[in-house]
Amino acid sequence: MDMILDGILKALCLLVTLDAEVRDITLLSLAVSSSATLVSLVVGVTVATAVALTEFPGKRLLISLINTGMGLPPVVVGLFVSIMLWRNGPFGFLGILYTPLAMVIAQALIATPIVTGVSLAALQHLPKDLRLQILALGATRRQMVWILMKEARLPLLAAAMAGFGGVISEVGASIMVGGNIKGYTRVLTTATVMETGRGNFEVAIALSVILLLVAFAVNACLTWIQQRRRPR
Amino acid sequence: MRPETPLLEVSGLRVYRGGVKVLEIPRLTLQDREVKALIGPNGAGKSTLLLALARLLPVTGRVLFHGRETENGTAALAYRRRSAMVFQEPLLFDTTVFHNVATGLKLRGMKGRDIRRRVGETLERFGISHLADRHARALSGGEAQRVSLARAFAVQPEIIFLDEPFSSLDPPTREGLTADLGRILAETGTAAVMATHDRIEALRLADTLLVMRQGNIVQEGPPQEVMNRPADAFVASFVGMETIISGEVEAVEEGTVTIATAGGYRLEAVGNRRLGERVMCCVRPEHVTLSPAPPASASARNRLGGRVRRIEPLGFVHRVAVDAGFPISAYVTTPALQELSLKEGSFVWVSFKASAVLVFPVETTPALR
Repeated sequence: MDMILDGILKALCLLVTLDAEVRDITLLSLAVSSSATLVSLVVGVTVATAVALTEFPGKRLLISLINTGMGLPPVVVGLFVSIMLWRNGPFGFLGILYTPLAMVIAQALIATPIVTGVSLAALQHLPKDLRLQILALGATRRQMVWILMKEARLPLLAAAMAGFGGVISEVGASIMVGGNIKGYTRVLTTATVMETGRGNFEVAIALSVILLLVAFAVNACLTWIQQRRRPR
Repeated sequence: MRPETPLLEVSGLRVYRGGVKVLEIPRLTLQDREVKALIGPNGAGKSTLLLALARLLPVTGRVLFHGRETENGTAALAYRRRSAMVFQEPLLFDTTVFHNVATGLKLRGMKGRDIRRRVGETLERFGISHLADRHARALSGGEAQRVSLARAFAVQPEIIFLDEPFSSLDPPTREGLTADLGRILAETGTAAVMATHDRIEALRLADTLLVMRQGNIVQEGPPQEVMNRPADAFVASFVGMETIISGEVEAVEEGTVTIATAGGYRLEAVGNRRLGERVMCCVRPEHVTLSPAPPASASARNRLGGRVRRIEPLGFVHRVAVDAGFPISAYVTTPALQELSLKEGSFVWVSFKASAVLVFPVETTPALR
């Protein structure tokens, strides 16, 4: 019991004193995961819009592939990105393995199917005549897409948060392509794994508390948005 | 007078869905200020025709607006910006009433002050100025459909397409909206094509009635003509074989009105209407009595002499069409028919109670009548 209490006290101490190393790790976590989420939003919302607004053979298959992708195991993504970026791999010449950029790429690959799947569901959930109604009001195709996105803005925001939540808590891919290099690619999850392995439970608990706080903040926003969805 | 270019002219219009032809309209025209009502059973193609006319569906054939093609991208957009459509569901956007009504104007690049003025005028016209700041999700069904209509009329369309806009509303709400729509169509001179299930709604608003079945138009004409002289058994069964007479309110007494008909006849009806109001009178055949001599009963306030035009057997009863200065139909049982010894061409007295006459105001543009 003492160990847990000590851990929480230590965590508070690290938080209150703004320990430089913990601060840098937290900031890197936020930076990597937000960048990855941003990339996945651009790709995911574009793909979701295209799929939602067009009819083509194999559409159902594509949707089920996207939905399957929502549960993509991070270690598989980590392995794939490692191979791609390996010194003599197809993109080895870039020399970006074990850099934050590699982590962003891996996390974006994890978040994109999540964002795409949730966005697609949000867009498909809009009334089927809404698109025609917007066009009938004199919209160009681009204006129509913009209004549809505004109509689905809250579920789209939920998609962003689901994507972010998925990658901030992910450890497998980050450790594989980032390498947990101190002061360079060490993030909250990889640091927690390492400190636990070393038996430094206080530090591990402190890092976990911070991770939980970040996850809690994301979920609180999500819940708030979902509740706001229904006025009256 | 030289014939003017119709507002909308359609030829060889076809719509395919999954390789199956679901709509075929060889020819259809809509004149300036004209209001057409589309009636027909579910699946007759009413919505498809509206979407095709509004250029919201891929079609083959030609749709000419003011005599010009509406096919290629920019022409189609220009056409969509001079027309509007209202669906059965209000389909309001997740914002305030004001911003909903402003949407079409913003899409056309109108600026702030002009938008505020136009939205203000439109809201007032529809009697919903007080709802301007209300969120669209906090409206009743009738209010929401009013906002949807206002949003469509805000862009001052030349044509408006209406797809059963009132069918999910309760009768009193519907009544109010129908009256307002009729008034606004007449005021603004907007041409309209409206799909409806409600024959009365069609009668009140439309200059032309269009009966559809299985993707085809089976009859088109003024409502009275279609209802009095249905082209075939399908139209007859769908529109009902009602007698429809147009006229004007000549006298108003407590609870009853006297209507002078176009042919110079006078009908008494129960109801509250204004003096001088243009109305349509409907009499159901089951409320019409035929007799060899003028009826003695004082309750049958309307009595007219006429000649039998046609006798049609309909199972247990016969439908007797009489020309009493206007066409009127009655249902007569077989024994009664024998007793009256009715034959085509024979003289007969037609009578019906004042309460059997349904009176509806006519709210369409008088110019077309």
